[in-house]
Amino acid sequence: MKYATVIGLEVHSELKTKSKAFCSCSTEFGGEPNTHVCPVCLGMPGALPVLNKQVVEFAIRAGLALDCEIKKFNKFDRKNYFYPDLSKNYQISQFDKPICEHGHIDIEVDGQTKRVGITRIHMEEDAGKLVHSGATIKTSESSAVDYNRAGVPLIEIVSEPDMRSAAEARAYMEKLKAILEYTDVSDCKMQEGSLRCDANISVMPEGATEFGTRAEIKNLNSFRALERAIEYEIQRQIQLVEDGGTVVQETRTWDDGKGMTLSMRSKEEAHDYRYFPEPDLVPVVIDDAWIARVKSELPELPAARKARLMQEKGLVDYDAENIVSTKAMAEYFDEAAKHTEDSKGIANWLLGDVSAYLNSENITIEKFPITPANLGEMVNLINKGVLSSKLAKKVFAEMLKTGKTPQALVKELGLEQISDEGAIVKIVEETLAENPQSIADYKAGKDRALGFLVGQIMKKSRGKANPEMVNNLLKERMQ
Amino acid sequence: MDLYKSTAHELHEKLVKKEISSVELTYNVYDRIAEVEKDVKAYVTLDKENALAQAAKVDKMIAAGEAIAPLAGIPGAIKDNISTKGLRTTCSSKMLENLNPIYDAHVIEKLRADETIFLGKTNLDEFAMGSTTETSYFGTSHNPWNLDLVPGGSSGGSAAAIAAGEAIWSLGSDTGGSIRQPASFTGCVGIKPTYGRVSRYGCVAFASSLDQIGPITKDVTDAATVLNTICGVDAHDSTSLPVEVPDFTKALKQDVKGLKIGLPKEYFGKGLDPKVDAILKKAIADYEAMGAEIVEVSLPHTEYAVITYYIIAPAEASANLARFDGVRYGYRNMKATSAPEMTTASRTEGFGSEVKRRIMLGTYVLSSGYYDAYYLKAMQVRTLIRKDFEEAFKQCDLLLTPTSPVVAYPIDGKMDPLAIYMLDVCTIPVNLAGLPGISVPAGFADGLPVGMQLIGKLLDEETILRAAYTFEQAHDYHKVMAPLGGK
Repeated sequence: MKYATVIGLEVHSELKTKSKAFCSCSTEFGGEPNTHVCPVCLGMPGALPVLNKQVVEFAIRAGLALDCEIKKFNKFDRKNYFYPDLSKNYQISQFDKPICEHGHIDIEVDGQTKRVGITRIHMEEDAGKLVHSGATIKTSESSAVDYNRAGVPLIEIVSEPDMRSAAEARAYMEKLKAILEYTDVSDCKMQEGSLRCDANISVMPEGATEFGTRAEIKNLNSFRALERAIEYEIQRQIQLVEDGGTVVQETRTWDDGKGMTLSMRSKEEAHDYRYFPEPDLVPVVIDDAWIARVKSELPELPAARKARLMQEKGLVDYDAENIVSTKAMAEYFDEAAKHTEDSKGIANWLLGDVSAYLNSENITIEKFPITPANLGEMVNLINKGVLSSKLAKKVFAEMLKTGKTPQALVKELGLEQISDEGAIVKIVEETLAENPQSIADYKAGKDRALGFLVGQIMKKSRGKANPEMVNNLLKERMQ
Repeated sequence: MDLYKSTAHELHEKLVKKEISSVELTYNVYDRIAEVEKDVKAYVTLDKENALAQAAKVDKMIAAGEAIAPLAGIPGAIKDNISTKGLRTTCSSKMLENLNPIYDAHVIEKLRADETIFLGKTNLDEFAMGSTTETSYFGTSHNPWNLDLVPGGSSGGSAAAIAAGEAIWSLGSDTGGSIRQPASFTGCVGIKPTYGRVSRYGCVAFASSLDQIGPITKDVTDAATVLNTICGVDAHDSTSLPVEVPDFTKALKQDVKGLKIGLPKEYFGKGLDPKVDAILKKAIADYEAMGAEIVEVSLPHTEYAVITYYIIAPAEASANLARFDGVRYGYRNMKATSAPEMTTASRTEGFGSEVKRRIMLGTYVLSSGYYDAYYLKAMQVRTLIRKDFEEAFKQCDLLLTPTSPVVAYPIDGKMDPLAIYMLDVCTIPVNLAGLPGISVPAGFADGLPVGMQLIGKLLDEETILRAAYTFEQAHDYHKVMAPLGGK
């Protein structure tokens, strides 16, 4: 039997406010344990939360960027559960009245555009972090708690179960990340946990209308993990059904090392969170003027930027799509394009050698050693004929190592292309004199002879002769 | 000189005129504490050294000719659920037996800024859950009018300290009557301000939507004086109201002519001790004689107030008390071998039975499948109760009721918890509606004080202070010292 997969994602994104959601502690990542804490985020007896308005501002901004409806009446609720990293043993969240509803993201997979619905976005606070003395909680003698992250604001973005493959889920996640970056509400660093994802997955016979029982997969810390975990889980569920079993509703965790999902808790073991309205916070009413202002201040989003790159810079759809996929790449592109007329050339380098380098080094464009200005200048040198594309690769490699300008490197390495006609004529004539047979062959219609002669000339010039000029001169002399 | 018998406003005059020093006064109160505390047991913790140092500081200020605030140099007592930096704050619970807070409550900051003196921390029912102080981990406080009786609660220690002369003024907190009822039982003045008048920041939360800090004092003038210091909006409490705070002492006019006093008939029905009823009838007649107009009004949903309260308050408490898990501070069971086991054992051993009863109640009413039937319904009834008051206040300026349907009862633990819950019938609706309420001594029944409750409109503490002051000045009930009899 063939099966269809149904996937919905719940994404948590830390908001990059300066201070925490309900106190004035810093949200900075990576401080010494328990240095960004106060009576409020430590849950000291008697301490009270006060809402940081910037959290609402960012949630509105994200909601508008994701085409959501912004709800005017907002309240917070307490979500009750015991865990040592949760200082009050309840999380301040939004339950039945999320700030945003009914949004969507358009994704492209295999050249097809698809709309994925966003059910809701709500505001809440993050918990602290457990630091185990051993490798895992089970094998640890003791655990310490770091509350630096406790109270950092989050938005949870819940999608409709609209995705049908791991590739679609990945595309959704990438697009969502790009939009959150563009709107500058989140750092979206998956390794640091500022963007986290849970996936709800079920399978059903192809053509069926009723979804299968879903499993929720947690601990998906990278795009790769997301894709692998979904692929694995789909196969696991299909295998289960094929073998006559049934999928049970449960929470599973992705073990990246083992490459499999493992059961965490069943539906019966699920928490009863006993939500009720947070009495320590007054409702927040968002008026039209607030929404209008945030809307007017929205930065250019990926779709608009892509259209602009195609229109103004003449990029093709595929290139533009990939350039805008992260805000940093798009910004690098814009900056480099200020230094050259050849936007297409920049795009080719970014999507070719630059991306290859980033992948091999496992870094993002923010850490790329060549400045946009230098990359732009290098493209100029190629276009002016100063650098052949072959030599450009050499210069590129040197720029990566030294960070020097391409002009300086061309001089330093003596790589300047010979475009002086007199000098090239001299080599061409010398070569022709040495190879009369090739001239005869060429005249007899053997095109290969031309290639041979070009090769000889490049050898003599140690690769520096302008190939186009060499070609033209050879043809001229052999007529 | 028995300075401990004086009121804050009398002592302020004496300090300013340099007739007495703050150090002398503070010693005098500590001497009184040394004399009677073994019988009264009003305090959980005393802080004599710091109190005397602060008194010396104020004396220097006075000597230097500096102007001082009305509470400067005047020793008061703080209910032990209000956070005091560096001074143990136990909530009368084993759970917090050794908690030294790292911060001051907002009201404490304000009082410190006025250079007042903190004698120590007073006893309460564990986490303010009770009406007698009998649920305190540190033992029951005794009523200075008869040591065999309860002082009321939960702010029983704060009230007993005032009645016994162990403090000049004190702070309590009131969730369902916890300031007014002990004030009534001990012949003191106690006011619960409008919800949001006083910042709750640093008051260990029992039921967040109901809790409010307020003073317990010997007379109405002192209550207004303490209110002047502690009221006001606080950036640390979103529910504190951004409204101007009047000078409450200016409201203290000896005049009730033309004031319409409403008598909600539901508060004078069955369950009201006839002796209490008789005293209130006399007080009403006095008001009428002084020129007030008496009107009968109805608060038809009063009968649902107590059960509504016992859904909402425990629901909020079940979440508020979840933070006491043995992880960051407080009592920890050291034998447990895992975190969940440690938390369960710590809570089982650290909380007393009344606290556990209410946590269970609250957890139950919020549980999936029960939420709509209990919590949601209670919130709806709460709205109806609030509307009752709005309607009643269309016919009058303030309401007059008993503070408690009974006088202080014996310390014997024989009362059924449910019967005790029902006794808060006069005070609970005021918290549910967020209104200000004051209890003032209205007379004595068989030698025991009887309190009269005056309930004001939202943010209208001034009218109830004025009516209370007028009544007080026309009588001498507040000048009678508790005899410390019984036993």
